[in-house]
Amino acid sequence: MKSSTTATGASATSRARRSHALGRLLFLGPGLLYLVAFVVVPLGLIVSYTVFRRGRFGGIVYEFTWENFARLDDSLYRDVVLGSLKLAAIATLIALLVGYPTAYLIAQLPKKWKTIALVVIVMPFWTNFLVRIYAWVVLLSGPGLVNSALLDLGLIDKPLELLYNQGTVVTGLVYSYLPLMILPLYAAIEKLDPQLREASANLGAGPVRTFFSVTLPLTLPGVLTGSLFVFVPSFGNFIIPELLGGGRSTMVGNVIRDQFLKARDWPFGATLTLALLVVLIVLLLAQAWSSRRA
Amino acid sequence: MRRPRLLYVPFWASYVFLYTPIIVLIVMSFNSGDSPYVFEGFSLDWYGRLVRNANIREGLVNTLIVAVGSTALATVLGTLLAVGLARHTRSRLLDALSVLPAILPDLVLGIGLLVFYAAVKMTLGLHSVLLAHTVFGMAFVTAVVRTRLTHADTSLEEASRDLGAPPLTTFLRITLPQLAPGILAGALLAFTLSIDEFVIAFFTSAPTTPTLPIVIYSMVRFGITPEVNALATVLLAVSFTAVIVTQRMTRLTESLS
Repeated sequence: MKSSTTATGASATSRARRSHALGRLLFLGPGLLYLVAFVVVPLGLIVSYTVFRRGRFGGIVYEFTWENFARLDDSLYRDVVLGSLKLAAIATLIALLVGYPTAYLIAQLPKKWKTIALVVIVMPFWTNFLVRIYAWVVLLSGPGLVNSALLDLGLIDKPLELLYNQGTVVTGLVYSYLPLMILPLYAAIEKLDPQLREASANLGAGPVRTFFSVTLPLTLPGVLTGSLFVFVPSFGNFIIPELLGGGRSTMVGNVIRDQFLKARDWPFGATLTLALLVVLIVLLLAQAWSSRRA
Repeated sequence: MRRPRLLYVPFWASYVFLYTPIIVLIVMSFNSGDSPYVFEGFSLDWYGRLVRNANIREGLVNTLIVAVGSTALATVLGTLLAVGLARHTRSRLLDALSVLPAILPDLVLGIGLLVFYAAVKMTLGLHSVLLAHTVFGMAFVTAVVRTRLTHADTSLEEASRDLGAPPLTTFLRITLPQLAPGILAGALLAFTLSIDEFVIAFFTSAPTTPTLPIVIYSMVRFGITPEVNALATVLLAVSFTAVIVTQRMTRLTESLS
């Protein structure tokens, strides 16, 4: 092959280059076109709508204004955003406190049990989201199982109002996203070299000290990933607050939905959506930054 | 290694927490009484009503049309894109773009698509839901196939290219067969996600063409009946079976490949 003339060699290279360009177009073209049309353009539209006015009967009037951003400062919407942040943060913290020990124990199980334990954790996640939320309505309702059990045990005289408060919303959020916390934690703990813990113990550290100065710092990326996986869908959720919060604890997702479907104020709905996105982007960047450092 | 006793408390609490509502739901679906909350005795009545419920049947058909269509589209687009990203470019920006629909909150994606459809004056219906579900389905197919590609042995592809095969031939004869298990796993993921998807369908479907999750949502919101419990139990059985089958199948395909 070496003896072939430079001319054919050059044409082969140019042919290869041409076919490479063709390959690029063939493989990357359709998918990227689809992503641009159905993700980039929609996001661009949301961002651009934030600086326009709403029409009198809904719709957009293409007249520049900063009004929508000024409205974000309204205490009503500020409280909704802060309230959503709070509920999502509490749910994330509880999921972490329950999920860490669970993931830790799963990682110590014998290999065969490990797989089973993980599949059983993930299984509820593969069942319809609405069905799982609805199950809590059945469980916590006035005549439901929790109340009747408490009544039978004589702990209470009349059914408690267990549904439709912020605690129920947090319960629903933790319930829905706990598997998303456990999986990355498990992956991080599983990777941990057990010798490091042994070394720590040999050097005289107790289990608590070993945990806080060896195990926890080394699994911090898992902690952050899991927290993000719980926080992100919690923050923008509108189904759980509606079905379990009874509309009394409205989160930012509900307000966005209502701006688009009920109030038909698309510019302001878009502004709230952008606010939600900005919070999430900041969190994603923080996570990326800390995992690069770890 | 020693396992601290105290860890067993949150460990078991997690499992009890995750399964109690599901078990209660299943038990209540066999209730003979009218209450979705209080168990009075065993019967299969609600399952009978479920089968006769026209809304649910229609929702199921709509869901399946959307799931099959969007999975087919997502699998083709996602596989091509994954190969393109792994073999034809080194752009981290494009990599990030390809996973964006999976990371974006479904509320943002749903509203973005609603705004987009309105801007291009597209009427809402099953087609709009199908196109919307393709977006996130594609992101998951791309991610799964992409992972497989980065771990795949490239020497066969290089050999094919060195022997003068055009990209399409190399793809069809070498890459595609190697990727088959990954593509199948990605397609199954896209299909399952599409069947369960509520938020995006909520924003992109017409009131006349609800998918099953939307039917469930309205049933739950406007008066709960044990019929919902029966439907929930059927769905649980289907998805549990699907998870177990997928688990078995991926283990099988992994041992074959």
